[in-house]
Amino acid sequence: MRFEGTNNYVATPDLMLAVNAAITLQRPLLIKGEPGTGKTLLAEEVARALNLPLLQWHIKSTTKAQQGLYEYDAVSRLRDSQLGDEKVKDIANYIVKGVLWQAFERTTPGVILIDEIDKADIEFPNDLLRELDRMEFHVYETRQTIRATQRPIVIITSNNEKELPDAFLRRCFFHYIKFPDKPTMQKIVDVHFPDIKHSLLKEALEVFFQLREVPGLKKKPSTSELIDWLKLLLAEDIPPEALHAKDRQAIVPPLAGALLKNEQDAHLFERLVKMAQQNR
Amino acid sequence: MLIDFFQHLKMRKLAVSTREFLTLLEALQSGLANHSLDDFYVLSRTCLVKDETQYDKFDRAFSEYFKGVENLPGWGGVDGQQIPEEWLKAMSMKHLSPEDKAKLEKLGWDKLMEEFRKRLEEQKGRHEGGNKWIGTGGTSPYGNNGQHPEGIRIGGKSAGNRTAIKVWETREFRNLDDTIELGTRNIKIALRRLRRFAREGAAEELDLDNTITGTARNAGWLDIKMRPERHNKVKVLLFLDVGGSMDDHIKVCEELFSAAKSEFKHLEYFYFHNCIYDFVWRDNHRRQSERFSLLDLMHKYGPDYKVVVVGDATMSPYEVMQPGGSVEYNNAEAGAVWLSRLQETWPHAVWLNPEPQRLWDYRQSIDLIRTIFRNRMYPLTLEGLERGMRELNK
Repeated sequence: MRFEGTNNYVATPDLMLAVNAAITLQRPLLIKGEPGTGKTLLAEEVARALNLPLLQWHIKSTTKAQQGLYEYDAVSRLRDSQLGDEKVKDIANYIVKGVLWQAFERTTPGVILIDEIDKADIEFPNDLLRELDRMEFHVYETRQTIRATQRPIVIITSNNEKELPDAFLRRCFFHYIKFPDKPTMQKIVDVHFPDIKHSLLKEALEVFFQLREVPGLKKKPSTSELIDWLKLLLAEDIPPEALHAKDRQAIVPPLAGALLKNEQDAHLFERLVKMAQQNR
Repeated sequence: MLIDFFQHLKMRKLAVSTREFLTLLEALQSGLANHSLDDFYVLSRTCLVKDETQYDKFDRAFSEYFKGVENLPGWGGVDGQQIPEEWLKAMSMKHLSPEDKAKLEKLGWDKLMEEFRKRLEEQKGRHEGGNKWIGTGGTSPYGNNGQHPEGIRIGGKSAGNRTAIKVWETREFRNLDDTIELGTRNIKIALRRLRRFAREGAAEELDLDNTITGTARNAGWLDIKMRPERHNKVKVLLFLDVGGSMDDHIKVCEELFSAAKSEFKHLEYFYFHNCIYDFVWRDNHRRQSERFSLLDLMHKYGPDYKVVVVGDATMSPYEVMQPGGSVEYNNAEAGAVWLSRLQETWPHAVWLNPEPQRLWDYRQSIDLIRTIFRNRMYPLTLEGLERGMRELNK
C-alpha cells in the first residue's frame, strides 16, 4: 500500500513520505498545520486512494477517550430492567461500540480519523496511549479483550490549541503541513477547477498571495478560502481585468468577503487600500 | 554513523528519544528513504521532531551535521545548477545598497531573492553577457531562475538530491520557532496552561454515574443525583507597568492583555509605574484621582489568586531599595518591601519581563527584582510565558 496523492488532493512529496511511513510502520500520523490546509481532507483522501473504509471520530471538548472504545448504556438497561425486558440479563446488549472498536474488529484494515484531538481534555491523548500503541483494550463489563486483527491506519489532526503529552507524541509520526507555495497552490487550484481561465487564475493567485502579505491580519486567508473565492469568481463570471485596476491603482478585489472573514481584517484592509489610493 | 547523528541532535537540545530513533531505523530498514538525502531529511524529521516550533532547530542541526556530506561525489556535486545560500547572500550584499538591505531584511529572504534577481537582470542588460557571475552561459543558475520567478523558492522543484539540502538551508520554519514569535493566539494557548476546571456553584447537571450507583443501592428505585457544572476557576491578578521605559513593549503587552482578558473569567488588572508601592490604578488617565490601595487589594483578593506582573524592571535601584524612591510620589516604604509583601499574600506569583533575557544581567534593578521574586522572572516570549504558567500552576 502506498499513497501517491489523488486526483483531487495535491500532496507534497514530504507529506506523501510521512503518510507512507505511517502506513508501512503502522503507527499513528499526527498532522498539524494552519487552518484550511487540508488536514481532515487528508484522511478522507488516503482512505479513498487506498480504497479503504474511513472511520471518523470528531473530538469535542466533552469527548472522553472511553467513548472511542465503547460505552455502557446504563440508562437503557435501567429502563429495560424496570420494564422487565429479557434483554437486561446480558450486559453485552448494552455495550455500544466506539470508533476504535469498530476499526479493530474489521478483518480488513481501515483508516481511522481522530479529528482535532486538541479540543479534548488534556488527559485525553494519555488515555489512548496503549490503545493506539498495542491496538488492544479491555472491556471490563464483559471481561473480554479486543485486539486489532488488522492494524488500521490512524490519522490524527490537531489545531495546536493544547500541547500534546510527550509520551503520546513519541508514539506518532508527525507532519506539519506548511502553507503551499505558488506552484503547489497552482496545482491545487488546477485540481479543483480544471477549466478555469488561465488569466483569471494568475490574477487571482497574485491578489491572494498579496493579501496574505498584508501585515496585521488576524486570520490570513487559507487554501480553502481561496477555493471558495475562486468558486464565487467563476459563478459571478468576473473578468480577470476586474481584479486589477487598469492604472495599477489599489482596489478592493471583488467578493473580498470570501477571503477576509473577520470584520476587523476587512476594515483594516479597506483602510490600507484607501491610504494607498491617496498616496498616488 | 546514525548514532552520531542522534547524539548530535541531542547535543543541539532537540527532545529526541531512543524510541523515536529506533522507529527511524525501522523506517529506514523498510526502505522508505530510498537512499536519498532528500527523503532521509523528511523521514527523520517525521520520526524525530514532533513540534513544528522545533523544525527550525532541526533544520539547523541537520545542515550542520550533513555540511560535508553533500559535497561528496554522488551527492550531486558542484554542477552549477544549484548555488549555496551563502553565495547568494554574499552576492546580494555586493549588489544591493545598504538602504535596500535594511529594507529587505524586513521583507524576508524570499523577497530578497526576487529583488536580487531583478538586479541581476538589470546588470545583464547593461553589460552584455553580464559580469563573471552571470557569464557562464547556459548553466548559469540565474538564467534559469530569471525565466521562472517561482524557481527561487528553492527546493521541491527539481528532483535532484541537492534540492533537499536547500530545503533545510532555507529554514522556512524559522518563524515557528517558539522563542521568537508571540501573537495573541499563541499567548492564549500559553495561557491555557493555567486552566483548572472545577465543579463549583449550584448543582444543575445530572450526574449519571452517581445516579446509577445510587439507584442500584436503592434496590432499583430511581435516585437522581445532581452536580454543579465544570468551570475554569483560575483567578488572575495582572499588574502592568506603564512607565516610560515600557513604551518599546506596548504592542506585546497589549497582546498579552487582550489574550488574558478573553481567556480568564476572573481577571483583575491594575497598572503601576516601574515598581509596585502602596497604590496601583485601573485607569491610566485618572491615575492621580482613582487609586487602589494595595493593602485593600490584598484583603479583597484571596491567596488563591495567581499574580502576574508584567514590567521591564528597568529603573534606578533606589526605586526598589529606598523609601521615597518612587518617581510617582513619596512612598513611605521601599518597593522591595511591597514586592515581598505581595508574594506573601499571593504565593503564586511570577514576573514577566519583555526585555530580552541576555540584557538582564547588565541591569542592576532587574537583578534585584529577580532576587526578590526568587528567580520567578521569565522573558515575555512564548517559551518564557509557558515556563511562567507552569510555575504558577505548581
